[in-house]
Amino acid sequence: MEQFASLIAASINAGTPLLLAALGLLINERAGVLNLGAEGMMLVAAIAGFAVGYATHSPMLGFIAGALSGMLMASLFSWLALMLATNQVATGLALSIFGTGLSAFIGQRFVGLALPSQTLSIPFLKDLPFVGPALFQQHWMSYLSLLLCAAIAWFIYRTRAGLILRAVGESPESAHALGYPVRWIRFAALLFGGACCGLAGAYLSLVYTPMWVEGLVSGHGWIALALTAFATWRPLRVLLGALLFGGVTILQFYLQGIGVTVPSQILSMLPYAATIVVLALISRNPDWIRLNMPASLGKPFKPNAS
Amino acid sequence: MRNPWPWKLELRGTPSRSMTYLSPVLAVVLTMLLGALLFMALGKDPLAGLKVFLIDPFNGKRAISELLLKSVPLILCALGLAVCFRANIWNIGAEGQFTVGALFAGATLVAIDVPGHAIPGGLGLLLMIVAGILGGAFWASITAVLRDRFNANEILVSLMLTYVAQLLLMYAVNGPLKDPNGMNFPQSKVFSSEFMLPELISGTRLHIGFAVTLVLAIVMTVFMTRSFRGFSLIVGGTAPHAARYAGFSSRSALWISLLISGSFAGLAGAFEIAGPIGQLLPSVSPGYGFAAIIVAFIGRLHPVGAVLGGLVMSLLYLGGELAQSRLGLPSAITGVFQGMLLFLLLASDTLIDYRLRWKAKV
Repeated sequence: MEQFASLIAASINAGTPLLLAALGLLINERAGVLNLGAEGMMLVAAIAGFAVGYATHSPMLGFIAGALSGMLMASLFSWLALMLATNQVATGLALSIFGTGLSAFIGQRFVGLALPSQTLSIPFLKDLPFVGPALFQQHWMSYLSLLLCAAIAWFIYRTRAGLILRAVGESPESAHALGYPVRWIRFAALLFGGACCGLAGAYLSLVYTPMWVEGLVSGHGWIALALTAFATWRPLRVLLGALLFGGVTILQFYLQGIGVTVPSQILSMLPYAATIVVLALISRNPDWIRLNMPASLGKPFKPNAS
Repeated sequence: MRNPWPWKLELRGTPSRSMTYLSPVLAVVLTMLLGALLFMALGKDPLAGLKVFLIDPFNGKRAISELLLKSVPLILCALGLAVCFRANIWNIGAEGQFTVGALFAGATLVAIDVPGHAIPGGLGLLLMIVAGILGGAFWASITAVLRDRFNANEILVSLMLTYVAQLLLMYAVNGPLKDPNGMNFPQSKVFSSEFMLPELISGTRLHIGFAVTLVLAIVMTVFMTRSFRGFSLIVGGTAPHAARYAGFSSRSALWISLLISGSFAGLAGAFEIAGPIGQLLPSVSPGYGFAAIIVAFIGRLHPVGAVLGGLVMSLLYLGGELAQSRLGLPSAITGVFQGMLLFLLLASDTLIDYRLRWKAKV
């Protein structure tokens, strides 16, 4: 029972960066922009967050640095994909390749350093049997990401601004005709997505690992991208997906722990293999995906030459 | 978005042909200029920095042969990716296909290269290369199956498979293919020289694979510009509706382009094993498969362009290594340059459809 509680706690810990990143990407994609640069944004944010957190001994400042660097990366993407209307797939790949290189370049001096691990215990609640250790001994960022999930669900479905955001993603031409600044709205969405991916990257290097190694993000950005599709672009399903994938990530350590005689490298494939399998299952019905996907996803919007 | 610059972009009537070819050149020049700024920001002499990237790799026979050697995996992967991208199949898993190719090739050599097995060098080499090609094609076919049967997004699938491939290689060099006399390092034995690719220029590491790569570039040029299969593939990529009307199957385009791409990446992996590396290591690829994406774009998704793009990218790799030894910079600077190059290429490509006009003063 105790073990099960710690398994849940660990899954939440592993799911938090996925949830944060996927929520940001969800907002991007609801606005009709596909940013494949998530991995690159997270990598740069991971090293920026780690460097600042290490230098200032303040994880809070580390998270802020992570979010800001994510936004900076996203604005680079925005300049190309929105101003110059470049191919979003190619531009996102460029952002990922650039982020991989840049983070390795900056991170060289930080390899091998480590930060103290940190969690937050919620008084009284943490002492509850089972539920306490399972749910109430997380880093504050995990709770914040839950709040963010609820806020985004409310924003998308219950506010006027959320409606406009969806309109921009479904039909930028109509939104433009109604007088909404499509590209500015997309820019704002991308900045938000960058900040979320930045927080996710910083979480990996400040809390989850907590240290810096080259390629630390190891596919979390791509898994987050896949999550938005699994979740058919719905925030609460993103939460479920992130917890599920957090669980799969933890499962490999658990299986190793109980002495399953499978080589560790094979177990480490679990999250990637699970992504492939779920992606295949969820995409089986093309109509269903098409029905849920924001209609203008990935298509550049050119109102007129400017 | 309001345009803050003193110029504006004006839509051209027809896309500019000359800009299509000038844009990669412009991107390379701009990358170097930004690179010089980067050197300055790092407190290094920008001219010394540029010399390391642009001149030193051409300094003598040895340097040039290394440049050509490093371009082999980049060109091979890019040749395949160009076909995929032309067919609008976003295979970005060349890195994984390369890794599995190297793994299959390495496993073949581990099996063959034991005392007492009398397999002649040439035959062994051939087997190894075939294994590499099959490995790459097999890995690409997983993406093809999942896309074909399950409609799964090929970008994410091919990328996830890259992580799986790297773990598979890690497993192999830590387990079944590990060198028993290797002091517990995760690597295979060093293969005998009889199974290594013959050298192309004596006294250098440049091997016969470079010549094979050039021949394959010609073959692919013919395939893409002269053959019916190549034509239907490209039509399918640029105008899917027209292709469907003409009866070209998008399924066969998917399979053909992915199998070509996987085979080429797998061949590149085999060449690395039987060429410069000579054993199976966890680090067979310093990101060749990803860099090849840039190479394919720089080369305008054309085989001849891939050769030129591969040489440019090879220059960046060597420059990065030299920057480490001569300027004391982390070799990861190569990755920074790679990303900048692709960004600047995408930005320059805007000039294919638009022209720059200075704004009239009001």
